Amino acid sequence: MRLTCPHCGDRDLREFTYKGDALALLRPDETANPQEWVDYVHNRDNPAGTTSELWYHGPCGSWLVAVRDTTTHVTHRTLSLAEAGK
Amino acid sequence: MRVAGRGLIDRDRPIRFSFDGKPIEAFDGDTVASALLANDVALMGRSFKYHRPRGVVTAGSDEPNALISVGPGIDIAPNTQATMQEVYDGLIARSQNRWPSLKFDAMAINDLFSPFLAAGFYYKTFMWPRAFWEALYEPIIRRAAGLGALSGAPDPDRSEKAYAHCDVLVVGAGPSGLMAAEAAAEAGADVILATEENRVGGRLLSERETIDGESGDVWADARVARLAARGNVRVMTRTTVTGAYDNGTYGALERVALHVTPGEGPPPTCFWRITAGRAILAAGALERSIAFPMNDRPGIMSAAAIRTYLHRYGVSPGQRIAVFGNNDDAHRTAADLTEAGIKVAALIDTREDATTSGDWPFYPGADVIETQGRLRLEGITIRKPGGGTLRIGADALAVSGGWNPAVHLTCHMNGRPVWNEDIAAFVPRENAVPGLIPCGAANGVFSSRACLEDGIRAASDALTALGRKSSFVALPEADDTPYRLSPKWVVEAPGRSWLDLQNDVTTKDVTLAAKENFRSVEHMKRYTTQGMATDQGKGSNVTALALLADATGRTIADTGTTTFRPPYTPVAISSMGAGHSGKGFAPERFTTSHAASVKAGAPMIEAGLWYRPSYFPEPGEATWREACDREVRMVRERVGVADVSTLGKIDIQGPDAGAFLDFVYTNTFSTLKEGRVRYGLMLREDGHVMDDGTTARLGANHYLMTTTTAAAGPVMAHLEFVAQGLRPDLNVRLVSATEQWAQFAVAGPKAQAVLDTLVDEDVTDADWPFMSCRDVHVSGVPGRLFRISFSGERGYELAVPARYGASLWRLLLAQAESFGGGAYGMEALNVLRIEKGFITHAEIHGRTTAFDIGMQGMMSRKKEFIGKALAARQGLLDPSRERLVGLRPKDPQNEMTAGGFLFERGAAPTRANAQGYTTSVCYSPTLETPLALGFVKSGPDRLGEDMRFVDHLRGLDFAVELTHPVAFDEEGGRMRG
Amino acid sequence: MAKLIARPATDGLLPIEIGKAILEDAQPQAITWVAPFNRKKSAVSKTLGGFPGPGEVVEVKAGRALSVGPGQAMILGAPLDCEGAAVADQSDAWTVVALEGAAARDVLARVTPLDLRDAVFPEGGTARTLVGHMTASLTRVGPFRFEIMVFRSMTQTLIHELERAMKHVDARTKL
Repeated sequence: MRLTCPHCGDRDLREFTYKGDALALLRPDETANPQEWVDYVHNRDNPAGTTSELWYHGPCGSWLVAVRDTTTHVTHRTLSLAEAGK
Repeated sequence: MRVAGRGLIDRDRPIRFSFDGKPIEAFDGDTVASALLANDVALMGRSFKYHRPRGVVTAGSDEPNALISVGPGIDIAPNTQATMQEVYDGLIARSQNRWPSLKFDAMAINDLFSPFLAAGFYYKTFMWPRAFWEALYEPIIRRAAGLGALSGAPDPDRSEKAYAHCDVLVVGAGPSGLMAAEAAAEAGADVILATEENRVGGRLLSERETIDGESGDVWADARVARLAARGNVRVMTRTTVTGAYDNGTYGALERVALHVTPGEGPPPTCFWRITAGRAILAAGALERSIAFPMNDRPGIMSAAAIRTYLHRYGVSPGQRIAVFGNNDDAHRTAADLTEAGIKVAALIDTREDATTSGDWPFYPGADVIETQGRLRLEGITIRKPGGGTLRIGADALAVSGGWNPAVHLTCHMNGRPVWNEDIAAFVPRENAVPGLIPCGAANGVFSSRACLEDGIRAASDALTALGRKSSFVALPEADDTPYRLSPKWVVEAPGRSWLDLQNDVTTKDVTLAAKENFRSVEHMKRYTTQGMATDQGKGSNVTALALLADATGRTIADTGTTTFRPPYTPVAISSMGAGHSGKGFAPERFTTSHAASVKAGAPMIEAGLWYRPSYFPEPGEATWREACDREVRMVRERVGVADVSTLGKIDIQGPDAGAFLDFVYTNTFSTLKEGRVRYGLMLREDGHVMDDGTTARLGANHYLMTTTTAAAGPVMAHLEFVAQGLRPDLNVRLVSATEQWAQFAVAGPKAQAVLDTLVDEDVTDADWPFMSCRDVHVSGVPGRLFRISFSGERGYELAVPARYGASLWRLLLAQAESFGGGAYGMEALNVLRIEKGFITHAEIHGRTTAFDIGMQGMMSRKKEFIGKALAARQGLLDPSRERLVGLRPKDPQNEMTAGGFLFERGAAPTRANAQGYTTSVCYSPTLETPLALGFVKSGPDRLGEDMRFVDHLRGLDFAVELTHPVAFDEEGGRMRG
Repeated sequence: MAKLIARPATDGLLPIEIGKAILEDAQPQAITWVAPFNRKKSAVSKTLGGFPGPGEVVEVKAGRALSVGPGQAMILGAPLDCEGAAVADQSDAWTVVALEGAAARDVLARVTPLDLRDAVFPEGGTARTLVGHMTASLTRVGPFRFEIMVFRSMTQTLIHELERAMKHVDARTKL
């Protein structure tokens, strides 16, 4: 498998570490209620289809979001966290 | 026997090797199989289950029978296909799965019991009693049924792994592969042409056909010579592409030096990971057999293989060869044999309407229904269309049941092939592996001309997909005879008809599976073990499917196929793991004091990838404890030095550096004064402790964070995530500074005195209160000094650029020794911190909260920080949680262990009664008692209580007392000084 | 007063020459990490005399600037300081070795998953990648010369991995 690092470009999978659902970027506000926090930290969907995943490119320190299809392994696109935040 | 004037072997280069101890004469270019056939050795192995005598069936990597062990000693390679093993002088080959000898195998008695050993036999027989399975049945079955064995010695790890990248990977170098490679190369693409053979040409090497008027081998050699001369083509022979993976990644096994005498030089194999923009599958097709009674005798072979042996190796497996088939290749075989002067005993064509122009006994519409001969074929019995039978003497039988395209790679990402009725075979599903384009025989295209043309087409498809323009490539002249067959899978006749020769699966096993309702092809496979041998049923799966389809009244298309998985051919674990043993297992990280510590006799222990000294033994010390106790006393009474460079150091700079730290730590750092250090606690978002350490403020916008050794990498990644993803609003930059600095702890009452001798500046208490830091100079070299303590003594950490580390360590050690001190290792460091109740990852093990370790006061109420919300959950602040305590035994003779459990006195030591557990233990030479840290329910509220300590594993059971975690100098006066 | 003695990380380990590749020390005078703060990139670039984009190597006043991460460069050459950027001395954090020779690329193909073809990794290209299990910075400084940087503590492992690959590549020529 290969992924595109937003800084380095197309690279072999072994350079990357999977870091869970990209939901982790949507950190609730300080004032959020406990359920929102529990959803943020613990609850994840496990779809057969498109997911947004966080990956870490250790060699350069870039985090990225990979939008992938779990059924076909096709990576539709990868984004830097700055791009993902927009 | 050898056939004069035939073959691509070099008769001027004779080679001698041994098979089961007997010398065998061969020629350069032979395989073990071709050389054995040339020497009239028909018997090459024994079958897995029934130990039936078996001979070679194929001439390639689909061989099920002729498995041998190659090489002596630690280099022995069991289960090597004799068809793929090239001969070299001195090669030692042995047959397998026989005892005492190949010709007389005592286990062949299994064959007599075969009526009882049908599919599901093991499941039905060895079910009860359950305990007998592991103790009795399995070992016996395993011993009786087997393949070759490894040497048992550690693998010498001589192989290698490598990466390759190309625009177009061409798998197979037959007519389609060669044309595809040429067409892609002409267009300027980087091409890798891989073939599992030792030379290019593929099927052309096995037939009499000509291309552009030249013999196939000459044409192919000339073609590839032109290709190899280009800068953009890499030809990889002896390289099997074994797997297709995501995004154009392919695995390939190159047999680099398996064709030469083993030695220390070149790696035996290289496992390649090839990344290709597009790949072209030109892997050809595999000839399948027809299942007929007793079709497994040595001498019964694939017709295509017999042509290969004849044309490529100048070998005939017999002197009177019968041919049996359902397609025109049977006729081609008979013609080739006759042309080479070998007697064709009979040509039996299952097609009633078949005709022949050859001068041989011809039996259209007939079937082979029985064979004779024990250790090799002596004759066959055929059933004529009318029903009469006839015995024909033959020492070999060529069988052609048609061709199965080598679709395997296209199935490696879960794609299933599709049934093509015209050729009665599975062909690749389009785009089954994205970017993998099948062509030629692998795509169900069979004539040479059509294959050449399809190769050019495939290259053009690949180039288009890569956004490149195709160049014109002329189509060579070649044979265009159509492929004609009439499906014939099984001959209906009494007797055992084998499908999977390696696993001894018969047609009856498949029909029995269907009868017992294992109708799904995946169930049938597992019930019968069809296709589960090392050849993965390359020659037999489709026939078994056809039979299952028939037995269950379905079409083959509806019956489906089993899943082909990587690797296409077996890959030794030593190839997969090449280079990853010994020093290649993981990087070794050495501190600058490493060499000196090793020289001092310090045993090293691994801390992550780092190596750190356990203790520094002195003459007369018999145990590690003696050294450790001395080092602890040395630090408490005088001074000790320790290398602490392995702790993670993260340099954090920027106008928002303080705000950033406030967000990642529970406590506040923006208010920390320059030149001061503060202990910080970092939580995960779920409210549990992630890491701890000190952070120094070096300047207005400049901090230096310290992490634990183990967490350095994860904390860095975490901070990057916060900076890039959660708080991109903060103007902050991060870089690891761990490796820039060699840092040494200097601890003990004489620490200041040691520093005075080395630090250029005066290190006074007034200028250097506890938890201060500043730039200093060490003999003129800029360094950093921190007054911090992990020992509870007056402590400093002195850092210099790593190039000076070895030198500073030597100087520090000499100075410490002059004050009666010396070096201390990890053991003493651990004792010192346990005496002080300082935590490590033994305590912050992932399930502890700030509250559990008594640091709830460090969770700021005034600011937001990671983990704040969920750390406030009621359950995480429940006083009855297991919380940090100290422990000491009532009787100081009793030493606790880490991971032991604590119970109320008098309570049974059961899981339900557990009150807590120990995490760190030591013997404290300072307090002359064993000590422990641990977690106990409501621990801090129960200090002074006696509890029962039990280590079930080690049989320990004694009374302990709950104490404050800080066992020594609770007020901290010693380190604050 | 005692004097501190500087010791190179590759002390006594290099050079190694096997077949058509030579591995030698290539430690520069200084290695400085520079990461411009928000909205300071052009100012920093001006001060330094350039700033490399992703995958680039740029010759700057102090030496050679390698792109090493998003918005970050490592400058190999003279020591420097720079307003408007986070700056850290990394001279001792990294070991820099050079692998040179006709076989250099074949040797590297055994230790790094990076695509080293001319079209992808030309002279003047730099990449953060893996060498064996180590994160590394790889720079192509000549047609047959590559500089490899890993953390100083892993110097011995780096040399071990490269030496093994050099032996394997050379041994193939004797087949």
